[in-house]
Amino acid sequence: MTRTAIPLAIFLGLAGLFWYVLQQMNQGEYNPRSVPTQFIGRTAPEFALPDLMDPDSIVRTSDMAGQVWLLNVWGTWCPECWKEHEYLIHLATREQVPIIGINWRDDAAEAKSMLARMGNPFARVGFDPKSDAVIDWGVYGAPETFLIDAEGIVREKHTGALNPQVWQSKFKPYFDAAAGAS
Amino acid sequence: MRRVRWSVLLACLVLAVATQARVEILSFDTPADEARYNKLIAELRCLVCQNQNLADSNAELAVDLRRKTYEMVSQGKSEQEIADYMVERYGEFVLYRPPLTKNTLLLWAGPFIILLIGVSLLIRTILRRRVEQDAGVDAASIQNAASLLDSEREKRDA
Repeated sequence: MTRTAIPLAIFLGLAGLFWYVLQQMNQGEYNPRSVPTQFIGRTAPEFALPDLMDPDSIVRTSDMAGQVWLLNVWGTWCPECWKEHEYLIHLATREQVPIIGINWRDDAAEAKSMLARMGNPFARVGFDPKSDAVIDWGVYGAPETFLIDAEGIVREKHTGALNPQVWQSKFKPYFDAAAGAS
Repeated sequence: MRRVRWSVLLACLVLAVATQARVEILSFDTPADEARYNKLIAELRCLVCQNQNLADSNAELAVDLRRKTYEMVSQGKSEQEIADYMVERYGEFVLYRPPLTKNTLLLWAGPFIILLIGVSLLIRTILRRRVEQDAGVDAASIQNAASLLDSEREKRDA
């Protein structure tokens, strides 16, 4: 009796566990590839990148001190970035959200032509072909969006395309609070 | 025929080079720097193809992280400093040998716990088998044998 019952119980236990994990993955509750965020609540790393539009000028984290802003890492090679592009334009124009872009591992001419073709949601874009700033920010995939508050602290991070749900739940409250305070 | 064999050999040699992921040609100031670099890229995880280390991966991020590691090694940063830099940004997940903390206790102890379970099951099985073999002769037969021996002895002594 126990000779068959024990292996059967082990099998059923494992099958149940695997089914549960797959279920969680399908619902987007659990992603085995996601890396825990390190930066929330910490001072945003300083970057200094040449401006995509004007390589002589430098884009820095400290340029944005004193305001709540978004940092968006993107590249023309990343389909998810095309997907969220329209929504970024909506945020920049309708909600007046200051967005700084980091154009990652890209060709400057291609990046500029994409912005010309699809519109430019960014206040400024830092050009980072060799992942200098991207590694400093602990980014491992694009798109990735950070929210930095007026004190220069990273408050939120979102991996993957931005959408209204994420904006409402994660990012908007910080902008509302800042607008209410001023 | 001979020429064919030679060209096959040559093709093998050329293709063998192509299978190596790490293609950068790097120069180091000291052999210690080189050893430190090689140790680090073997023990840091690629964040894109997560079951590979930086040395094995050819993902673009891995290439950039190798370059970052190389730069830091060239600046004379110690192994610990470079590992700390990566952990600060990507978390302990980047380390293939994470430090022993409360979070990683199960990770480190797990294999030994499983070994312990395996060994104890093995010992139990062996012991049970031995008991079953012993039990092949039951108590009644032993008693029977003893009384037979006793009666034999009595006969002889008498």
